[in-house]
Amino acid sequence: MKPQDENKEGIGGMINPRRYGIERVAYLLMRLSGLGLLAYFIGHIYETSSILKGQVGWNEFLDLTQTNEGHALLAIVIAMCVFHTVNGIRVMLGHGGVGVGKPSRPDYPYDPASQNMKHKIGIYSAIVLAAIAMMYGLAVMYGE
Amino acid sequence: MTQVPSIAEEKPTTSLSSPKTATLRIARFNPEKDSERKFMEFNIPYQRWTTVLEAILEVKKHFDHSVAVRYSCRQATCGSCGMIINGKPRLACFTKISELESDVVTVEPMNNFPIIRDLAVRFERLFESHHKIKPYLINDDSEISSNEKEFLQTPEEVEQYIQFSNCIKCGLCNSACPTMATDSSFVGPQALAQAYRYVADSRDKGKDSRLKIIDESHGIWRCHFAGSCSQVCPKGVDPAMGIQFLRGYLLGFRS
Amino acid sequence: MRESTIMKIHYGTALGAVALVAVHILMRLTQSFAESLEYTNVIANYQFLPYAGMLEIILILLSIHGFNGLRVILLELKQGPRYEKAVSYGCVAAMMGLIAYGSRTIIMVNMGML
Repeated sequence: MKPQDENKEGIGGMINPRRYGIERVAYLLMRLSGLGLLAYFIGHIYETSSILKGQVGWNEFLDLTQTNEGHALLAIVIAMCVFHTVNGIRVMLGHGGVGVGKPSRPDYPYDPASQNMKHKIGIYSAIVLAAIAMMYGLAVMYGE
Repeated sequence: MTQVPSIAEEKPTTSLSSPKTATLRIARFNPEKDSERKFMEFNIPYQRWTTVLEAILEVKKHFDHSVAVRYSCRQATCGSCGMIINGKPRLACFTKISELESDVVTVEPMNNFPIIRDLAVRFERLFESHHKIKPYLINDDSEISSNEKEFLQTPEEVEQYIQFSNCIKCGLCNSACPTMATDSSFVGPQALAQAYRYVADSRDKGKDSRLKIIDESHGIWRCHFAGSCSQVCPKGVDPAMGIQFLRGYLLGFRS
Repeated sequence: MRESTIMKIHYGTALGAVALVAVHILMRLTQSFAESLEYTNVIANYQFLPYAGMLEIILILLSIHGFNGLRVILLELKQGPRYEKAVSYGCVAAMMGLIAYGSRTIIMVNMGML
C-alpha cells in the first residue's frame, strides 16, 4: 500500500503540538529533549576523551566550550535535562496507572479523567523548573 | 382554571431565527483515480441544531450526490461517521456546526485510516487489532453448568470496566494518536482500551493471554500517554486511562 | 527479550541515571564552575576510584537509556522486518561502541595511562 493510500498523518501529524492541549506539547518536548540529550551525551563523551591528549589537548577543547555559544548550548542542555527528568517521572507514574483517575460511568460532556490537573501541573512544573535551572546554570557558568 | 392552548395556538419556545450560512469544504479523493486530495465548497444554510452530518447530507441531496460518506444511526451510537472536522477527529452526527464557532467547516477523512473515497475510510485494520486482543470473556466455567447460572458482579466490579464498554469503534482515538500517525503496526488505543475492558472484568480469566499479545514491539509500549485519544473520544471511554492501567499490570503496579 | 523487560530496563536506567547525574553535576558546584574543569581537578576526579566507578555506571545507564529511546522513536517512524532488525541491532551496536569509547577514557585516565 502506498503511503498516500494509507493516509497516515506522518511525522508532521506526530509532532504537531497545536491540537490536543499541553499533553501533546509535553509529548513533543519529551522526544526533542531526549534526542537532544542523546546527541549531547555522545558529544560529551567525545569531548572528555580529549583529556587523553594531556593538558594542552584538554585546554584546547575546553576553550571551545568556554564561549558564549558554548554556554548557551550548555544552558539548553540543562533545560532539556530538567524537563526530560521531571516530565519523565510524571510519565512513568502515569504508565504505572498513578494519577490517571478512577474508572467510572462517564457523564456528558465526558471530560477524560486521565487528562487531569495533576498531570497538567506536572507538565507546567517541568517547563518552569527547566527554565529556572537554565537561568541558574547560566549564572553558574558566568561565575555569578 | 387555565386553558391549555391547542397545538395550533402554541407559540414556539425558541425563536426560529433565519438560518445562517456556512461554507462546507468537503475533501474529495478517489485513490483509484486521483493523485491528490481536492476540496469542494458548498454554501449550506444551518440552524443552531444542524449537525455536520446533516450539512453533508444536504450537499448529497441538493448539490452533489457522489460525495462518499459513511453514516447510519445519526445519534453517536453506530460509530460510522467519524471524520476530521476543522482539524480534529469528531463524529459528524454529534458535532453541531454552531459549536464549531466558524462559518467555514472543513471535513476530511479520518487520518491513519486508508481512504475508500472522499470521507469514507477502511476499518479493516482497526477491526483486526480489536479482534487480536480477544474482545470477549475468557472463562472455562460455563454459565449453564454453574449452580448460580450466572456470573454475579457487585456494582464496584462493574464500575471497573463499564466505562470502557462504551466504545463504539468509531476510530477517532486511532485517528488522533501520535504513534498511529507514523506506526501502522501499532495496535492502537481502541484495541488497547478494549483489552483493559476485558482484563478488568471480574468474570474474565484471560488477563495473561491478553497481556502477552500486547507486550510486543508495536504493542502497549508504543503508547506515550499523550492522551489525545481520550480527548477526542465521543463516548467518554478514556482509552489513555485504560492503557495506563493495563501497563500497570505489566509493570507490577497492579495484580 | 520481551518488550516489557526492555521497558523496565529503560525506566530503571532512567531513575539510576537521574540520581547519579545529580551527583556528577553537584561535583561541578563544589568549587567554581571554571575551576572544577581545570585539568588537574578533572584528573583528580578520574583518579578517585569511587568517582570513576560512578562515571562508568552513568555511562552505561545513559547509553542504554538513550539508545533504547532512539530505537523506540525509529521503530515508530518506519516499519518493516528488515528495517526494524537493522534499527535494533544498530542501536545495540552504537550503545556498545559508546560504552567502549567512554570506558577507554575512564580506565586510561584512572590508571594514569596519559
